[in-house]
Amino acid sequence: MVGITAYGAYVPMLRLSLSAIGGGAPKPGGPEKAVANWDEDAVTMAVAAATDALRGIDRSTVDAVLFASTSYAFKEKQGAAIVAKALDLRRDVYTADLGDTLRAGTNALRAAYDMVKAGSAKRVLVTVGETRMAAPRTGLEAAIGDGAAAFLVGDEGVALAITAAHSISDEIIDVWRTEGDPFVHAWEDRFVVDHGYRTCVKEAVTGLLQKAGLTPKSVTRAVFYGPDARSLGTVAKECGLDPKTQLADPLFGKVGNCGAAFAPLLLASALAQTKAGETLLLASYGDGADAFVLEATPQVERLEGQRGVAWHLARRGEFRSYDMYLRFRQLLATEHDRRAGAGLSATKHFRDRDSDVTLLAQKCTQCGQAQFPRQRVCFQCYAKDAFEPIRLSDRVGTVKSFTFDNFAGSPNPPLVAGIVDVEGARLYLQMTDVDPKEVKLGMPVELTFRKIHEAGGTPNYFWKSTPLR
Amino acid sequence: MKPDAIRDKVAIVGMGCSKFGENWDKDPQDMIVEAAFEAYADAKIEDPQRQIEAVFCGAQYPSKGTAEVADALKLYDRPVSMVVNYCATGTDAFRYGVFAVASGMYDTVLVVGFDKPKDRGVSGPSVAVTGVRGLPATPAGWFSLCAAQYFQTYGAGREDLARIAVKNHHNGTLAPKSMLKREITVEDALGARMISWPFGLYDCAAQSDGAAAAIITSRELAKSYRDDFVLVRGIGIALSPNPQEDPAFDFLRWRASEMAAKQVYAQAGITNPRKEIDVAQVHDCFTLTELLAYEDLGFCEKGSAKEHIQSGTFALDGELPVNTDGGLKTFGHPTGATGVRMIYENYKQLQGKAEKRQVKNATVGLSHNIGGAPQACGICIVAMP
Repeated sequence: MVGITAYGAYVPMLRLSLSAIGGGAPKPGGPEKAVANWDEDAVTMAVAAATDALRGIDRSTVDAVLFASTSYAFKEKQGAAIVAKALDLRRDVYTADLGDTLRAGTNALRAAYDMVKAGSAKRVLVTVGETRMAAPRTGLEAAIGDGAAAFLVGDEGVALAITAAHSISDEIIDVWRTEGDPFVHAWEDRFVVDHGYRTCVKEAVTGLLQKAGLTPKSVTRAVFYGPDARSLGTVAKECGLDPKTQLADPLFGKVGNCGAAFAPLLLASALAQTKAGETLLLASYGDGADAFVLEATPQVERLEGQRGVAWHLARRGEFRSYDMYLRFRQLLATEHDRRAGAGLSATKHFRDRDSDVTLLAQKCTQCGQAQFPRQRVCFQCYAKDAFEPIRLSDRVGTVKSFTFDNFAGSPNPPLVAGIVDVEGARLYLQMTDVDPKEVKLGMPVELTFRKIHEAGGTPNYFWKSTPLR
Repeated sequence: MKPDAIRDKVAIVGMGCSKFGENWDKDPQDMIVEAAFEAYADAKIEDPQRQIEAVFCGAQYPSKGTAEVADALKLYDRPVSMVVNYCATGTDAFRYGVFAVASGMYDTVLVVGFDKPKDRGVSGPSVAVTGVRGLPATPAGWFSLCAAQYFQTYGAGREDLARIAVKNHHNGTLAPKSMLKREITVEDALGARMISWPFGLYDCAAQSDGAAAAIITSRELAKSYRDDFVLVRGIGIALSPNPQEDPAFDFLRWRASEMAAKQVYAQAGITNPRKEIDVAQVHDCFTLTELLAYEDLGFCEKGSAKEHIQSGTFALDGELPVNTDGGLKTFGHPTGATGVRMIYENYKQLQGKAEKRQVKNATVGLSHNIGGAPQACGICIVAMP
């Protein structure tokens, strides 16, 4: 039996009221979309979702990481390798990226399933993150949201067995983005829905049910990618499903269409409510469609500790204005280009990877004192090179000191920074997803992988603290 | 080690200081010449080419290095060295000069501290964007890190800091070479825009350009230059662990100041700083830096600075006047120049030449710098024979 053994989700904290798009007043309680903070991107959100999935799991048992995204920053340089390093996975972990299509997330799930089934890996971590953008003040901008999901696929402790998979490939100009263009474009809705989405999903699902020998009635819940409520309902009906009782909540008006992460995020959401013996149907869309049958085992009710989608939806902050949103997405000209500057020294980054990407501190084997970053001589007992690494990224810290810096360049001043004690080590970190008013000495914080700046035109990542919620 | 090995063995016989400010129309060369030639004149040095045997320079942001000073003064064919040691750079350059004379190798040496940060096109210190760790890389962000713990532990607040800014602004109006000459009120300070909590605009020293110079000789030769020479009683530098990484640090003090004070008090034989020191120039890059210095240098008990600020212990007419010329607050902070500028102020105070800001009967003066994360502290004690 091969299938999902653990899951995690990530929805960025900030929400943009759809009525605020273009400068209107936000409508309290009205439809909104989740938008990444200025220091988040597809990779940081994938790391956050994977951290959620890996709670309580020995990270050294992960054999492979797949990272899927259409909105990842680098055209050449692997995202999965960054994710693996940030998560402190084994050096001989297999890493690969999938992209270029809204189906990239389910492409990765299918690849993971095939790998485990073929026996080339025991445990594959599937991560998918999206921060897509459409041109400001367009309908597409209102439809698109940001999010991430992660699944661990294996053949032991399976909670959701993948019992059948079926895919369709289709060549159509419906939604696209070319190199150098920050914005997603789409052809007319009715054409895209009628000849792309509906056709492909119906074809994939029908073929899948046939292959699996199932009828639509035997499906407990269908988790479908959907561009809007009406099209989703139409497709469900065309697949022989009852949209009212058999469709998983598509979170319209809460998260938005998060591209390749959309169907995976909805699956993570549905998983939290799934009972043993239930049958789920998963279908994505993009240049064709991927469809899966997933059978819940008793293990599905024993999954615990994941924050999942519900926790993230409850954690909520709002954009104060549409301008703030434009600023965060670098769509407003500013005095200082955040991408300007010489950039990181690649060789310094190379030497600092364990400290900066993995957030490994060290513990003195002579006196036990933890310290960060890497030292050669112990702060406390002065022993030389007598250290063992300790991973801080999944621990909780406390605030020892703080400041609110209006002088340091930040798209969202004041920049909150401070000293955080984690496992006896002392770290100087920025704080994110925080209201300065809630910062107190001694408050507990967790650690989150973020962009510090984009000097040199590349995302430069390090860890920040964020209030433990 | 012999802590008292240099006590009162080296004398300052001449000093000079350029006008500090946004010196758009001056090169480093102009300010170096202004400071050095004032020092020559003060020491009655008529032939520097013959009389200056070695040069010790300090600058945090030099564009070339030693040649900037050698070329400006045409002092070649002798040692010219440059020191960089964060905000203690000027004090450390002076320290090298003192030891060079104390060794007996040279009779008379020149110390020059200078910096020209305003050529960098930023209104404050530069913000480094090339690393990912240790941000925000703003001095305000670093020096504010003691505020939350200190305020909570000792019940001090932004008003106590504001009183320090008010005092220093007042003193600066009395110093001819200061940049800012404007009285402010506690309300002005509390109402100003925030830079980095708890620092508002008036809690921060500005960036400025400047240079200061000293002529140092042995105690024996000092009398050949002038009668009212000033002796160096102690001078030291201490580095502390980086407060942002030190797992044992309590954020109630700056350890480098405590370490350097211990060193220099042992050199000078000082056991009761508040009684034995008559005038002090302490590093006030931010108001909180000055507040912590009161305690770290032993001018008052840990946690009691607030009461002393309120009672005026450190005012111009107080028991131990601090920053009599207005400090970094009104001079700005051309890093390499600042330490030498502070020694200049103490030198003038001890000679009774501090005009409207003169402290009565001052015979022992202390100057103090702290910089970096902060990690480096320099302290110099000067005294009348």
